[in-house]
Amino acid sequence: MSTTRHFRVWRGDDEGGQLTDYDVEVNEGEVVLDIIHRLQATQAPELAVRWNCKAGKCGSCSAEINGKPGLLCMTRMNTFGEDQTVTVTPVRTFPVIKDLVTDVSFNYEKAREIPAFTPPADLKPGEYRMQQVDVERSQEFRKCIECFMCQNVCHVIRDHEENKEAFAGPRLFIRAAELDMHPLDARDDRKEFAKEEQGLGFCNITKCCTEVCPEHIKITDNAIIPMKERVVDRKYDPLTWLGRKIFRRDQLESGAK
Amino acid sequence: MVDNNITRHSFDVVVIGAGGAGLRAAIEARLAGKKTAIISKSLFGKAHTVMAEGGAAAAMGNVNSNDNWQVHYRDTIRGGKFLNNYRMAELHAKEAPDRIWELETYGALFDRTKDGKISQRNFGGHEYPRLAHVGDRTGLELIRTLQQKIVSLQQDDFREFGDYDARLAVFAETTITELILDDGKIAGAFGYRREDGEFLLFEAPAVILATGGVGKSFKVTSNSWEYTGDGHALAMRAGANLVNMEFLQFHPTGMVWPLSVKGLLVTESVRGDGGVLRNSEGKRFMFDYIPEVFKAQYATTEEEGDRWYTDPDNNKRPPELLPRDEVARAINSEVKAGRGTEHGGVFLDVSTRMKPEEIIKRLPSMHHQFKELADVDITKVPMEVGPTCHYVMGGVEVDPDSAESAVPGLFAAGEVSGGMHGSNRLGGNSLSDLLVFGKRAGEYAALHVDRLADARPVVSQEALDAAVAKALAPLVDDPSDGENPYTVQYELQDIMHSLVGIIRRAEELEDALVKIAEFKKRLANVRVGGGRKYNPGWHLAIDLHNMLLCSEAVAKAALERTESRGGHTRDDHGKMDPSWRKVNLVCSYADNGVALRRQPVPTMPHELLSLFERSELAKYLTDEEIAAFDSNGSKDGDKE
Ligand SMILES: Cc1cc2nc3c(=O)[nH]c(=O)nc-3n(C[C@H](O)[C@H](O)[C@H](O)COP(=O)(O)OP(=O)(O)OC[C@H]3O[C@@H](n4cnc5c(N)ncnc54)[C@H](O)[C@@H]3O)c2cc1C
Ligand code: SF4
Ligand code: SF4
Ligand code: FES
Repeated sequence: MSTTRHFRVWRGDDEGGQLTDYDVEVNEGEVVLDIIHRLQATQAPELAVRWNCKAGKCGSCSAEINGKPGLLCMTRMNTFGEDQTVTVTPVRTFPVIKDLVTDVSFNYEKAREIPAFTPPADLKPGEYRMQQVDVERSQEFRKCIECFMCQNVCHVIRDHEENKEAFAGPRLFIRAAELDMHPLDARDDRKEFAKEEQGLGFCNITKCCTEVCPEHIKITDNAIIPMKERVVDRKYDPLTWLGRKIFRRDQLESGAK
Repeated sequence: MVDNNITRHSFDVVVIGAGGAGLRAAIEARLAGKKTAIISKSLFGKAHTVMAEGGAAAAMGNVNSNDNWQVHYRDTIRGGKFLNNYRMAELHAKEAPDRIWELETYGALFDRTKDGKISQRNFGGHEYPRLAHVGDRTGLELIRTLQQKIVSLQQDDFREFGDYDARLAVFAETTITELILDDGKIAGAFGYRREDGEFLLFEAPAVILATGGVGKSFKVTSNSWEYTGDGHALAMRAGANLVNMEFLQFHPTGMVWPLSVKGLLVTESVRGDGGVLRNSEGKRFMFDYIPEVFKAQYATTEEEGDRWYTDPDNNKRPPELLPRDEVARAINSEVKAGRGTEHGGVFLDVSTRMKPEEIIKRLPSMHHQFKELADVDITKVPMEVGPTCHYVMGGVEVDPDSAESAVPGLFAAGEVSGGMHGSNRLGGNSLSDLLVFGKRAGEYAALHVDRLADARPVVSQEALDAAVAKALAPLVDDPSDGENPYTVQYELQDIMHSLVGIIRRAEELEDALVKIAEFKKRLANVRVGGGRKYNPGWHLAIDLHNMLLCSEAVAKAALERTESRGGHTRDDHGKMDPSWRKVNLVCSYADNGVALRRQPVPTMPHELLSLFERSELAKYLTDEEIAAFDSNGSKDGDKE
C-alpha cells in the first residue's frame, strides 16, 4: 500500500540553507531513510546523506526527525500520522557540511586523546584469561556504534561551542569507563583522566545521553556515575598519563618474578 | 567552488579500504616503519566489516580440544568444493588463531568460556565450535579494536614526532577512482574527497586493495552502497587478474519482509545456536536436501540433529548447518515448490527452541532488528527468511604468501581478493581471512617498498589529466538531457538479480551480457548536476563504471562454467563435474570490457590431500587424479 506524504528536508551547506518541501511516495514497512533514498532517486540526486548498514549497526545515519535525534534507518514511517509532515534536519551540535551530513571530526579528535588500552606486561597473546561476568561490564560500552547522538544531545556542548575544547562528551566517557573496567588494562588512572582531561565534571547527570542511545547503553548509571566516584588514595599527576606506563601493583609483582 | 587543483600526498604504502583487511594491513605496514595512509569511502569505523555478526573462525580448540588447523583446513576446502587455492586455505587455517589472540592485546573483549578463554560457537560447515564472537556483533568488535589500535599507534607517533598523522594517516570519506601506473608498476592512486569534491593524488610505490565486495549490483543484498566492486575494477584496469568471479554467495537467510528491509542479513548464528528451518507445512525440510558428498557428516533424523547440540562428539550435526550454498538452494526449491511463506520465504524458528532470555542474550541484535524493523518478536514467533546476495568469492588473483597481484606493487586482501574460499565461503572464514591476509599484505607491501629503495615509480601528468577528465565527465550544469544514474543502477540490479542470480541458465546469462553492453552505452550519457560538494548522484555515476565491469565479469564467467558448484548453480548443468574442478576462470581487462580465459587450479600437495579420506576425494577428483593420489600414497608407504 502506498501513500503520498509531505516531507521537509533541510537543504544547504556551511553558508546557510533552508527547509525544502517534497511530496513523496511512502510504502508499507518503510523507514525514513527509504524515503530520503527515494528523494535522491526521483527528485534530488545530489541530496547528501550518510548511511551504510541500514540496520542500526553502523551509526552513520544520525539526524533529527521532527526535532528529535534518531537513526534514519531505524525510524519507521508508521510512527507518524498519515497527514503528519516529516521534517528531517542534520544533527545540531556539529557543523553542517551539506544537507543532512555534518562534520563529526570533533568526536574522532577527542578519541585520539584517550590513552589506548595498555596490555598487561606479563601476558603473551593467547594467555589472556577473563571471566564472562567481568568482561560484560565493558562489553556494554563496546556495543557503541558511534552514532554520536549522545554527543549531539548533551547540553554541555549542544549550544555551547566554547565548551568543546574542555569536554570530551558521553561517547568518550563510556570509552574511559570501558577501559577502567577492562579486567586486564594495565593503567589505573582512567578515572583521574576522565576528570582532569576529559571534563567529566561538566556533566550534571541530566541523562539525555542515555535516553537517546540507540544501543540502550546506560551511559550515566553504568559509566558516568561510577567514573565520578572519588578516588580516595591517589592524587592525579597530569604528567603520568603522557608517557609512562602505570602498572597495577599485582602485575608489577608478577612481572618481576 | 574548488578548482581542478590536486592535493598531492606522498606515502610508502597506501591502503584503500578501512574494513578489517585494510586496517590490519595498515597496522602491519606502519609497524614495519612505513609511512602509511588508510583511505575509505565512509567515515572511519563504518566499513562493511562493522556489520558482521556471527564471528571469526579460528581453530583455537577452546571449546572442543579436538580442533586444530588441519580440521579447519579440511572444512574450508570441503565448503569451497575443492576449488580453493590450497596454499591460501592452509595459511589461513594455520595463522587464524594467532591473529585472533593478537586482537586481545589490542583490547578486544570476546565472549568467554567457563575457564576464561575465548568462547567459540558452532557455524555451518565447521566441524567443531570455532567462531570467536561477541554476541552477534563480532564485526563491530573487530573494527573498533583495529580502529583503536590505529589510534594507539598514532598516539605513539604523537609522542615521538608531535604529530598524530606522522606515520599513519586516515583519509575518511575519500574515494579512489583510478590507480596510476608507471611502466606497469604501481605509482599511486587518484581520487576525490566527498566533503568538497577536491581531487587528491597519493603517490606511493605500494597500494593495498581492501575494498570489499560487489553485492550492490544485485537487487536483494545484505551489502551497502560501498559494495560497488571498486577494488575489483581498479585491479582489472591496472592489469591484474580476477579469479572465480562466477561464485557469489547467496546467504540463505535474509529478511524478506517488509520490502524496505528485504535482503537484510539474519545471522547464521541463529541456526548455529539451535534455530531450525521449516516450510509452510511445518516440515524441517533440510533433511531432504543433504547432498551425496555430505551424507557422512550430517544427521539424518531430527532426533539425532537435536542431540548434537548437547552431545556433539556422539551425534552428527543437523542439516540446517550445511554450507550456505546448499541451504540457499534448498530454500529456493521449497519456495518454488509452493511451500513458502506468505512473503516468499521459509520459517526460521528459535522461539520453540530456546528460552526468551537466552534468545535475547545470544542474539540481541537479531531480536532488536526484527522487533524494530518488522514488528516481529523472535522469542514468540518464527522469522521469515530467504536468500540474499551476500559475498563474492571471486576477486583479485594474488600470490598466496605475499598477497601481491600480477601488477608489481599492487596487493589485495579481504573480500576483494580471490581464491581463498574456492566456490563457497564458510561463515566466519571471512573475518579471519581479513586478519590473516591483511597482515600479510601489509608486511609484503612494506618489503616491496624496501626492495625498490630509491627506484620509485613516477606519476605522469598525462595519467593524472586522464583521471581528472574521467571523474568530471558526468558532472554538468544541466543534467536534464542525460540519464539518471539511479535509474541505471536500479535497472542493473534488477537484471543481475533475475538473470545472474542464485539459479542460472545459458540463455539468461547471454541475455544479461547483452543488457550489460547496453548499460555501458547508456553510462556514457549519465549526467548529474549539483556540483562537486558531497554529491551522491555524482559519486554513483562514477561507481557505476565499476559495477558494470564487475557484473560483466560475473556473467561471463558464469556462462562459461557449465557445471554447478558452490556459489554457482546452473539449471542447465545441474551436476558438479570433476573435470571443471581443475579449472579456474580468469578475468582481465581488454577493450573496455572483460576478457576471459581458463587456467589450471594449483594442485594440492599430497600431504594436504592426505588429510581427507580417499572415499571423500573420489567424490571431487577426476579418475586420473585419484590414480595419482593412490600411487603417491604407495610411494609414501615405501619410504616408511
Ligand atoms: C551483514 C553481514 C554479516 C556478515 N557476517 C560475517 C560473519 O559473521 N563472519 C564472517 O567471517 N564474515 C561475515 N560477513 C562477511 C564479512 O563481513 C565481509 O566479507 C568483510 O567484512 C569484508 O571486509 P573487508 O575488509 O574486505 O572490506 P570492508 O569491511 O567491506 O571494507 C571495505 C572498505 O573499502 C573502502 N572502499 C571501497 N571502495 C573504495 C574506493 N574506491 N576508495 C576508497 N575506499 C574504498 C570502503 O569504504 C571500506 O572502508 C558478513 C557480511 C555482511 C554483509
Ligand atoms: S548526563 Fe552528562 S554527559 Fe549525558 S547528556 Fe547529561 S550532561 Fe551530557
Ligand atoms: S553511546 Fe550510544 S548514543 Fe552515544 S555514540 Fe554510542 S551508540 Fe551512539
Ligand atoms: S545506516 Fe547504519 S545505522 Fe543507519
